[in-house]
Amino acid sequence: MWVGFLVAIVALFSFEFFVRFPMTRDFPWANLSLFAIAGVLLVIGLFRAYGQPGVYRGRIFGPILTIVSLVIFALFSYALFYIVRQMPASAAAPQVGVAAPGFTLPDQDGKQVALRELLGSDGTRAVLLIFYRGYW
Amino acid sequence: MADFDTRGIRIAAISVDPVETNQRHRKKMGYTFSFLADPNAEVIRRYDLLHQRAGPKGEDISRPAEFLIDPSGTVEWRNLTENAAVRVRPQEVLRTFDERNGKTSR
Repeated sequence: MWVGFLVAIVALFSFEFFVRFPMTRDFPWANLSLFAIAGVLLVIGLFRAYGQPGVYRGRIFGPILTIVSLVIFALFSYALFYIVRQMPASAAAPQVGVAAPGFTLPDQDGKQVALRELLGSDGTRAVLLIFYRGYW
Repeated sequence: MADFDTRGIRIAAISVDPVETNQRHRKKMGYTFSFLADPNAEVIRRYDLLHQRAGPKGEDISRPAEFLIDPSGTVEWRNLTENAAVRVRPQEVLRTFDERNGKTSR
């Protein structure tokens, strides 16, 4: 039962680790599997605690740990399936076929870079703009 | 990365992170493309990508998005993910570029 609780904790925090790989990032199979294992272990633990109270202890801690684990799982699911999909409409974002709005921004060395410069530099056949959330 | 270089695709990453953060992050990750700092989200707003109060402390940040722009400045392809955890794969961008430029992939 303790192991089940630990696995639930690991399932939560290992998300940081698994997001590094595209396959486990797009859909967190590994984390959900860990939660499933945690759930099974907790149920086994509870049955033992109540079925054979003489052999196994944990009639008080058992339900507490199970509830805490369920809350962790609920929060994880909420973050996973709801929060990440809260996206702005971006209705006015440049469509395919229209001119990309020009800009000039400082690069990592503080040098001002214009979109037109990037497009016009030697051997450039396209520019890929990657907007990302930041806060690294 | 080399696949982008050989095709002549220049990459520029844009976020609200300041210049110093970009310098540190770029070095740490070993990226060779440019990181552009848009701390006031002016360009992000111009592209209508502002995601209000979505930063770690409720700051306005950019939603994840990718645009492929041809030398004339026209948007050739774009990707606006509906799920912050799901991003475009590099291969998808390369495939799009190759299709548009009439080359076979790899």
